[in-house]
Amino acid sequence: MIQIEHLTKIFETPSHQVLALDDVTLSINKGEIFGIIGLSGAGKSTLIRCINMLEKPTQGSIYVDGQQITSLDKRDLRCARQKIGMIFQHFNLLSSRTVFDNILFPLEIAGVPSAQAKSRVNELLDLVGLTDKAGVYPGQLSGGQKQRVGIARALANNPKVLLSDEATSALDPQTTSSILKLLKDINRQLNLTILLITHDMNVIKQVCDRVAVIDNSRIVEIGDVLSVFTNPATPTSHSFINAVVKNDIPEDLTLAKIDPQRHPTRLIRVSFIGSSAGQPIISSMIRRYDIDVNILYGNIDRVKDTPFGNLVLELIGEASLLDEAMAYLRERGLEIEVLKNV
Amino acid sequence: MFDAIALLNLPSLVGAASVDFSWLIEKVSLATWETIYMVIISTALAYVMGLPLGVILVITEKGHILENIPLNSILGVIVNVFRSIPFIIFLILVIPLTKLIVGGFIGTVASMVPLTLAAVPFVARLVETSLKEIDWGLIEAALSMGANAWQIITKVLLPEASPSLILGVAITTINLVSYSAMAGIVGGGGLGTLAYYYGYQRYQTLILLITVVILVIMVQGVQVLGDTLAARAVNRRR
Ligand SMILES: Nc1ncnc2c1ncn2[C@@H]1O[C@H](COP(=O)(O)OP(=O)(O)OP(=O)(O)O)[C@@H](O)[C@H]1O
Ligand SMILES: [Mg+2]
Repeated sequence: MIQIEHLTKIFETPSHQVLALDDVTLSINKGEIFGIIGLSGAGKSTLIRCINMLEKPTQGSIYVDGQQITSLDKRDLRCARQKIGMIFQHFNLLSSRTVFDNILFPLEIAGVPSAQAKSRVNELLDLVGLTDKAGVYPGQLSGGQKQRVGIARALANNPKVLLSDEATSALDPQTTSSILKLLKDINRQLNLTILLITHDMNVIKQVCDRVAVIDNSRIVEIGDVLSVFTNPATPTSHSFINAVVKNDIPEDLTLAKIDPQRHPTRLIRVSFIGSSAGQPIISSMIRRYDIDVNILYGNIDRVKDTPFGNLVLELIGEASLLDEAMAYLRERGLEIEVLKNV
Repeated sequence: MFDAIALLNLPSLVGAASVDFSWLIEKVSLATWETIYMVIISTALAYVMGLPLGVILVITEKGHILENIPLNSILGVIVNVFRSIPFIIFLILVIPLTKLIVGGFIGTVASMVPLTLAAVPFVARLVETSLKEIDWGLIEAALSMGANAWQIITKVLLPEASPSLILGVAITTINLVSYSAMAGIVGGGGLGTLAYYYGYQRYQTLILLITVVILVIMVQGVQVLGDTLAARAVNRRR
């Protein structure tokens, strides 16, 4: 739905040049929610703003639904923009217009006949759950309600894609969740492609199908959200993920005293993803093999709808039994890493 | 013009009893009406020219929706040149133009020419300041929806700036009230002429005082009206 090819953006300032995007190539599929995450100044906003040409790329080309956005003349660009919705961190609603008239605004721009436009606004108010606020001015709304108006406004002309630049960054966690849920519902109902930018991995975790990590003007990693979460390939991704899921085992655990006088002991880390997280594999292992299991640390998280987690286990028993038990776990699709073997 | 001699000339005040009051009322009300009419029409004409000029000054700026740096600089210089000419000199400078437009340079209609022209660059700067207060995010949002320049001007810039624009109208009107009094001294009609002929040249302090009181009431009234309308425009949004 969106193809970005060799996109480079250089800002010219009087004193120097800023390389904001460096040869970015990215392809976003129809109907997916694609997240872009990166630290402040990484170039996220610049990237998303190039897609509707609020920022003119220095080099490279961008296609939206097969149309090359980067080579359109002014008039065609305005038409193309009507089909690319955008929502903003600070909502950008017109304070001189009511909620109703704010949503009407893009329809006025597109020249939709008045009666048709009004019924469309009512549909949208219903979609975002703000029918009772139609006559209210934005100044009287909460942040979450303002963003709902922003979303309704962005959807007014039935766009092919929705761009979201930090749309939840000004909201509290609960409101963020409700806005993300709304985006997810819209994505499902309308099969709308959504590109969202954030510096918060929680946002990616809750709604995105795929994610790209941008660091220092470059894309350093692209992948399925689950695989990036369970197996981050770059230090940047790793640090983002650590901020939301404890994938790392606290260090003192691996240093835990293990008494060598007792049976052979092994400290292992078990990682599980998806369906196996729901099954009682550990307890059946204990029943099956005559070993003791001491759970030192555990955590479970959810990416979109897939659970994944880690357990740190101390296995105590005959060496051969320990080997068999571990093999049993591997057979059932769990990933095992031996942290200590005494 | 409000000098000590005129003030101390009490006999003429006392003698006011012998003044024909209906004559006084007629003179004062005619002059008041002339001033109101001159100021309202000049303000309106100044906005007809100054508002578009102010809008152009904003949108042709660097990075704005219709960036045109040469045009912007030229207009900026012209506006500044006109703004730096003192009104009293401006009055004399535009006499040839006034003659050309209205056929003479005495009277209320004639004074509307310098009043309007003097106010245009002032209005342009006031409008420019008001429009620049608008958050750039709103303009970007409109651009992202595919709005053209005209739609951004009429649907974003002007409505969003309306409280500030209303206050600008009040300031312009008040300025033109005082300018009109100045124009009155050189035969422009209205309260200025009245104060000058009867109050200053003939020491009729009563007329001078009445003129001042009426001018104060006018200025106060315009300010209160402007504040109220602007506050109403803001409150509606809260
Ligand atoms: N108009 C501009 N002129 C000059 N430099 C700019 C401009 N806009 C952005 N930059 C620079 O480009 C780089 C990328 O900025 P960008 O706004 O895309 O970052 P970001 O990832 O969105 O950051 P944040 O999370 O803080 O919003 C930064 O170094 C920034 O200073
Ligand atoms: Mg940004």
